[in-house]
Amino acid sequence: MASDSPSPESLLPLPPATFHILMSLAEEDRHGYAIIQDVAVRTGGELKLSAGTLYRSIQRMLEQGLITEPRERPAPAEDDERRRYYRITPFGEAVARAEARRLTQLVRLARASGFVTGRA
Amino acid sequence: MPLYRALLYLYPASFRAEYGEEMCAIFARERRPAGFFGVVRWIRTFFEIGFNAAAAHADILRQDLRYILRTLRQSPGFTFTAIIVAALGIGATTAAYTMVDYVLIRPFPFADQDRLVKLLEDHASLGAHWDLSPANYRDWKGASTSFQTMGAYRSILVNVVAGDTPERIDGASLTSEILPMLGVQPILGRMFSVEDDLGGAPETLILSYSLWRELFAGDASVLGRKVLIDGVPHTIIGVMPQGFYFPNREARMWTAMRFAPPDFLDRTNCYITALGRLKRDTRFEQAVAEMQTVTGRLAQLYPKELAHTGATITRLREDVSPQSRMMLNALLGAAACVLLIACANLANLLLARSAARRKELAVRAAMGAGRERLVRQMLTESILLAAAGGILGVFLAIAALPALVRLVPVSLPLAEIPSVNWNILLFAVVLTIATGIGFGVVPAVRTGGASAEALRDNARSGGGRRERVRSTLVVVEVAASMVLLVSSALLIRALWRIQATDPGFRPDHTITLRTSLPMPKYDRTADRVRFYRHVLDGARKLPGVTNAAYTSFLPMVMRGGLWPIKIPEHPEDPANQEYASLRYITPGYFAAMGIPLRSGRDVAESDTRDGPFIAVISESFARHYWPGQDPIGRHFNVAFFDRVVVGIAGDVRVRGLERTSEPQVYVSYQQVPDGWMPWYPPKDLVVRAAGDAAALVPALRRIIGETDPEEPVSDVQTLDDIVAAETGTRTVQLIVLGSFAGIALLLAAIGVHGLLSFAVSARMQEIGVRIALGATRGSVLGMILGQATALAAAGIVIGAVLAFAAGRTLEALLAGVKPGDLSALLSASVTVLIMAAIGSLLPALRATRVEPIDAIRTQ
Repeated sequence: MASDSPSPESLLPLPPATFHILMSLAEEDRHGYAIIQDVAVRTGGELKLSAGTLYRSIQRMLEQGLITEPRERPAPAEDDERRRYYRITPFGEAVARAEARRLTQLVRLARASGFVTGRA
Repeated sequence: MPLYRALLYLYPASFRAEYGEEMCAIFARERRPAGFFGVVRWIRTFFEIGFNAAAAHADILRQDLRYILRTLRQSPGFTFTAIIVAALGIGATTAAYTMVDYVLIRPFPFADQDRLVKLLEDHASLGAHWDLSPANYRDWKGASTSFQTMGAYRSILVNVVAGDTPERIDGASLTSEILPMLGVQPILGRMFSVEDDLGGAPETLILSYSLWRELFAGDASVLGRKVLIDGVPHTIIGVMPQGFYFPNREARMWTAMRFAPPDFLDRTNCYITALGRLKRDTRFEQAVAEMQTVTGRLAQLYPKELAHTGATITRLREDVSPQSRMMLNALLGAAACVLLIACANLANLLLARSAARRKELAVRAAMGAGRERLVRQMLTESILLAAAGGILGVFLAIAALPALVRLVPVSLPLAEIPSVNWNILLFAVVLTIATGIGFGVVPAVRTGGASAEALRDNARSGGGRRERVRSTLVVVEVAASMVLLVSSALLIRALWRIQATDPGFRPDHTITLRTSLPMPKYDRTADRVRFYRHVLDGARKLPGVTNAAYTSFLPMVMRGGLWPIKIPEHPEDPANQEYASLRYITPGYFAAMGIPLRSGRDVAESDTRDGPFIAVISESFARHYWPGQDPIGRHFNVAFFDRVVVGIAGDVRVRGLERTSEPQVYVSYQQVPDGWMPWYPPKDLVVRAAGDAAALVPALRRIIGETDPEEPVSDVQTLDDIVAAETGTRTVQLIVLGSFAGIALLLAAIGVHGLLSFAVSARMQEIGVRIALGATRGSVLGMILGQATALAAAGIVIGAVLAFAAGRTLEALLAGVKPGDLSALLSASVTVLIMAAIGSLLPALRATRVEPIDAIRTQ
């Protein structure tokens, strides 16, 4: 029931949780708890995703084709049988890039209006 | 942790299966603060899960809806049929419920209406409830403590002259307690005050909104203006708001009720009704008990008049006739039948459709859509279809309401057409969801469960079990329509029986109208005689008129007018007083009405106050008092005078076609002292013509205008109209029930058609093989028709049993027709068989056209 390959822009603006999850998966495949931790570290503890928000986002992102569940598992030492790992898809990367572009554009406009002070 | 796990049940099952374990694992690893922060964490978790679960449900719903809308668009025929079927079922039930709610349940628009009660005299010996006499009202009011306030009212019918043309208008005369008790404020002016009730005070009048608009075009400066009511000037003091009705729908104006000392003298002169409001802490039963004590004491004080007089107390809201109540409940039952049939039909439609989509569903199941997801999706689909049908159905119901107005009794203080309120809409919503689940659950569960095997058995649709379920549903449809058909047939038979009743007069070729001579203007008998003679002479000279006469009240229009009969040969028994209906008539009345004169003579112009007072009696009167003897020349006393019998006329159904009537007494219009019996002077004119009597109305109006320009003409109708009105309510009831039965039949036919079409498609190969092996087309046709007949027969048998039970509950409406009436059962059965034959026609023909080669090739 995934959407038939829409353009990355059609999904914008992304919900913040979705964008954070994409950023977290840009580095490597991660399982749910690792994503929560990574997002928390990245945002200096400002955003702490709850399990509910995380998995609802994940479900939607899977349907939208932003992420997949890879068949191959990480090295046995790091693997946890019970865990499910997620990987960003090329489409997911394209969407994340589009979102980043959109945000940059927005900040540029904000600066022109004098809302942003200091260095970008 | 168990709490968290439990919270996860808020999620859709598919989501929980997918992510539940992981979420639990993460929750388990989170830091767990103690004490206050622990509580805060739980609260946050609770809201967070609630929000996300709702969002997850919404996600699925959105997906399902998108998918469902796409598939529904692909099969517009199915979608259209399903929505119409659902709309018929939900619409019929909503309309029926609206009527039941409006007439029986919804509170009257009065303040504290649940504490308002009506008080009447209970004459146990006569099995009747009567109005109150002013004296009893005064004593009941004075002696009882259960009521916060008590007032009295009575309906009146008066001549009103506000502009140029006099009009005849229904109203009520009220004591000053009534309007404040109802708690409705006038939009202009004031209510009656205690001063208005006093004799000698200026006469006052309050208008209804509709009369205010009609007579004064809604002029706000109407207060203080004078209106002539029965010739007496009344000052307008107020206008009630739109939608205010009391004591019934007909009343359009109100005057102050006054009692003069003589009014309290006769305790048997009963003409008012009391309305009381119970004290806040008094229960209804307490009031009933107290009134028993009060009337018991009065009976001891006035044993002659009140020995058998008790009090009847009814909640104002419950003052609905048992017939109305029963008919409305029958209507709701009929609507429930239609809804049941609609649901069975929809379930079958969905089953057929899911059978056709088996492969697709199986593929989706194989691709990982869990059974729960498929079931959920199918239920979403059925609820969506029900919702579309529900919206359409509510519009249908609202559109149908004006056709049902005859089911709202005139006697209630309610507008003609029910308003649709939130209650009704809520009912429709609940009904719609229940319908959606009702017809969706069987197909959903069956399909969801069966889909896994579907791929394996080569997608051969129509397994044996499935067809059994579908056949059962069709049998249910047939049985339910059978119930409706039999009930309708019983009511039709009852209607015919009543219509075949001889009213006692010939209603054809007549026209009647009313000229109520106002008192005191026409107090003198001679003045009235002059009026009648002038009108009747004019009328008789009109071309085509064969006869014309005046009477106090036409039969069936006025059912009362009863007087006690005193006969020397019959000793008086106060506990068993016998009554006859009394009418003053002009000569020629029997001929004009077409009432046969059995022996003796008619009332004559020579029967004046100077001669002996005479009477014409009805046959039942003669049989009752002088069995086997000739009553002519005998004497009896009625209405204060001794009368001698001069003639015997045929019996007339004064009380209507469905009730037994008291014997009748007719007396001469001239033999009444001036100012006596002010209610009885002849007011109804009946004219019989050779041709079209209705064409005489303008000429009759002209004659009456010439006789007395201030005299209004009202109630213009033919005797045929009057007799037809007797069965009017029944006819409407029958039309409503009959249309429900028609809808049911149509739906059942669709059901039979759908099932057999499906069976024929599924058995294409088998039929092909049969034909290849030598089966004739006739035998194939017989096979399909046989299947239809079997379904119909099963439905007829079950339906007949249920119909008998339904007929038993309707017995009071059946006018003596037995619930097991054979002709009703037979005609309903034949109708069902014809319906089944029509429903199976197309599939049967298709089966006969199967080419063996093609059928086998599709393998």
